[in-house]
Amino acid sequence: MKTQIPVSHIAKLANIPITSDEEQKLQAAFEETLAVVEELQAVDVTDVQPTFQVTGLENVTREDTIDETRMFTQEQALANARATADGYFVVPQIISQD
Amino acid sequence: MLNTLTLTEVLGKLKRKEISHAELFADLQKSYAQNEKLNIFLTMNDKLAEDSEAATTKALMGVPLAIKDNFCTTGLRTTASSTVLDTFIPQYDSTVTRRLKEAGAAIQGKTNMDAWAHGSSTETSQYGRTLNPRNPEHLPGGSSGGSAAAVAADMAIAAIGSETAGSIRQPSAWCGTVGLKPTYGRVSRYGVVSMASSTDSPGPITKTVEDAALLLNHIAGHDPYDGTSSTNPVDDYTQALGQSIEGLKIGVIYMDIPGLAEVKSLFEPQLKVFEELGAHVEYAQAMDPNHAIGVYTVVQRSEVSSNLARYDGVRYGNDRSHFGDEAKRRIMLGTYTLSKGYADKYYLLAQKVRTLFLQDFARLFQKYDILVSLTSPGFAKKIGASESSAMFGELEDMLVEPSSITGLPGINVPCYHDPKTNLYLGMNIMAPMWHESEMISVADAFEKHTSWNSWRNAEKQ
Amino acid sequence: MTEYQLVCGMEVHAELKTATKMFCGCKNDPFHAPKPNIYTCPVCLGMPGGLPVANRTAIEWTIKLGVALGCKINLFSHFDRKNYFYPDLPKGYQISQYDQPFCYDGKLETEFGPVRIRRIHLEEDTAKLLHKTIDGKKVSLIDFNRSSVPLIEIVTEPDIISPEHAKAYGKTLRQILRFMDIADCDMEQGGMRLEANVSIRPVGEKELPVYKVELKNINSFRFLEKAVAYEMERQARELNEGKTPIQETRGWNDDKGETFTQRVKEDAEDYRYFPDPDLPPLRFTEEQINEWCAELPELPAVRKDRWMADYHIDAKYADVLLDERETADWADQLFAAAAQKQLKVNALANAIVNKKIAVKVGDNADTVLTAFTALHQTDSVDENELLQIIEAVIAENADAVAQYKAGKTQIFGFFMGQVQRRLGKKVDMQVVKNAIERKLQ
Repeated sequence: MKTQIPVSHIAKLANIPITSDEEQKLQAAFEETLAVVEELQAVDVTDVQPTFQVTGLENVTREDTIDETRMFTQEQALANARATADGYFVVPQIISQD
Repeated sequence: MLNTLTLTEVLGKLKRKEISHAELFADLQKSYAQNEKLNIFLTMNDKLAEDSEAATTKALMGVPLAIKDNFCTTGLRTTASSTVLDTFIPQYDSTVTRRLKEAGAAIQGKTNMDAWAHGSSTETSQYGRTLNPRNPEHLPGGSSGGSAAAVAADMAIAAIGSETAGSIRQPSAWCGTVGLKPTYGRVSRYGVVSMASSTDSPGPITKTVEDAALLLNHIAGHDPYDGTSSTNPVDDYTQALGQSIEGLKIGVIYMDIPGLAEVKSLFEPQLKVFEELGAHVEYAQAMDPNHAIGVYTVVQRSEVSSNLARYDGVRYGNDRSHFGDEAKRRIMLGTYTLSKGYADKYYLLAQKVRTLFLQDFARLFQKYDILVSLTSPGFAKKIGASESSAMFGELEDMLVEPSSITGLPGINVPCYHDPKTNLYLGMNIMAPMWHESEMISVADAFEKHTSWNSWRNAEKQ
Repeated sequence: MTEYQLVCGMEVHAELKTATKMFCGCKNDPFHAPKPNIYTCPVCLGMPGGLPVANRTAIEWTIKLGVALGCKINLFSHFDRKNYFYPDLPKGYQISQYDQPFCYDGKLETEFGPVRIRRIHLEEDTAKLLHKTIDGKKVSLIDFNRSSVPLIEIVTEPDIISPEHAKAYGKTLRQILRFMDIADCDMEQGGMRLEANVSIRPVGEKELPVYKVELKNINSFRFLEKAVAYEMERQARELNEGKTPIQETRGWNDDKGETFTQRVKEDAEDYRYFPDPDLPPLRFTEEQINEWCAELPELPAVRKDRWMADYHIDAKYADVLLDERETADWADQLFAAAAQKQLKVNALANAIVNKKIAVKVGDNADTVLTAFTALHQTDSVDENELLQIIEAVIAENADAVAQYKAGKTQIFGFFMGQVQRRLGKKVDMQVVKNAIERKLQ
């Protein structure tokens, strides 16, 4: 059973640039993967709750106190940026602003 | 050659002043000549000698460790084997590497891996594949292939890897090393490039079980920086070494999976050791691991599609056009399985089947103390094998995926060696959550009472 | 001509004034930071391997606000990832809450009627973007000081029925947030952000309109009121022309006095919400909620009612004094002290609000009451002295007395003036009046 994925729509959602060539290859790869995944549909999950975390942990929170040891200086924060100006990170402006 | 010693042996000899750091480093240096061909290390720490010198009074005495390149290391380039992070030099340490440094280890260098940990071959690395030191026409497995190969090649005394679904145990099996995946939440994930947040587990890859227990002691434990890390007390795992396994109930699973014919006959005789040591061994029926492939595929890709959204080249690294094919596939499929109209069909369903696996293991552990299976359905595959299928990794890891998605601890020990190919089979020993000690006892017993470990039995090989 | 009624719901975001950010221990002080990008760490910068751990105080405050607004509290809750890409979102997802918000089903009362609260949830703020042109290129500068600051989101049902109602809702909410001391709500800095979903339908129609227009980036209540009013007219025009207003996001241009298109929504965004695997879920007990309830301050509306009932305070004075918690608590103490001394509390309130006395918040009651009574300070008057003076004035002004007794009561003031002049000091008018009246009988 072949499942058609809207590859270019997904690429946009995922913010991944792809060529039309890649689109075709990806389509084939997805079909293969989804064929494997489809077999899950046959499993009986009646009355089964999903498990999002296996730890069983709850209420893990932190106190509202400043952690100086982990805070970066401005220099450290910017250390790996490709473009900076006056202490800011720089990106080309996106047309539709919000 | 001192680089062929185990971590425990090196520490002992350093303590007794039988060897010096300089001698150790000199021998390791000689082994680096293999790197050209095997492509194990991506980045070397050129301050290694100083770092080591400064740590000699601490527990790990300045001994160097190889670290998988998805652990952030201050001042040392970290790429996760992707050119997206080609230029990334972290300003911070992962908790694991920080704890190791505080314990006196020195970072030797960063090892190659499947890019973003997406794979079971180390072929998807954007810096070229790593070759299996046991037989360079074959792959080392993955995604911690570089770390496993470093240990197997004696280019590292010990290494650190990470597992999301087989990435510690499977390359350990293919390279003939020990690989320990702790209980999910036992070791902090902070500072490790996230793959599947709900299953990622850092762990040691070593020459012996003893070395793995030692390293686990130093990296395990609660971390306030990781909300999923456990506050359960940490055992002294070295106490589990040399323990009797008499009376232990061992269940052997996954032996009826089709496609194991080749290796089944090699694996099964190895189980006799446990009986000789007084344990009860029985074949047991477990939930079909094929379902784990589906669960893992969906959960991993969904979580990773979100975890890799931060890589946009603005604050660090290069933009998203640098992602390799495998990463693109996984991100996009994960986006799809979470998307409107499909999240219930895929993501929610996968999490429900995950529950079934949890229930199945709970049932098995009512009856058995330990579960055992093959780690990998076969020997290390040849170069290029990963390109055969978009699902290569998942199929290869089928036998370890169930324990990965349920957070169980598991350890790989070499359990067979083929003298013609020089390749290994691995045994996967699993325990209930938080029972690493029992698991280590069984693995240690197996290692000491068989001849498959190439370091423990150096004279015999 | 069809008469239309407003169908409006609001979404308000407020930054909580916790000491640290929502998921890391970085300092939470984006507005006063001397430089950009000085309060960051691997977590709020979205660096590889960064992991979130939730701020307990932010959660507690969110639940307290829920209780204050009469909400039900979800005893089992969790955080979800909202996935989308934008330069101000370092992880490529925002940690928020989707299907299990901390609070739901509440109500806020205003002088224009109640507004039901659909939900209150907690999330993290984005970084700040500044748009500039550098070397001829249009760029955005990003400051992550604000990234991951705790943000509370309050969503109402479409119960708002007029622009004034919208404004009253916003103001009352702001007053409560400030009163509880959980948010400063500095409108200009973006500490409180208003959004209104506006549509209209024919009066009497019960069905919700098929469209709604989102008004965003409105940073004052005045603008909110104007924008809603403008939208009502604009939408009415469209509907009267047989058109359905486009579902879009609009901003307010105060110079032109009109709303304008900011963004047209094609399909609803697909945020691919799923529970954040890095954050274990939260589970609360009824006891815990009750404990937090008990810690709530008397809210402004309640205190206002009490002041008006007990002290007959004018509403306008009450509003000023209730704007800040510190002021309100101080005033409450003063009023109690003043009432004990049988002073006129409303006059005291007037004196404080209109700065007739030089006091500041925190001054102790004695200081304040002394200053207050000094305003109307009267020297004590010796009764005999007063009587003598009154008798003297009456004796010297027989015509005036005759006129007064004949019915010309206005002339009373003349007597008052004479007596006071002769007394030569400021005395209690009431005492003098009473004494003169008695004498003139």
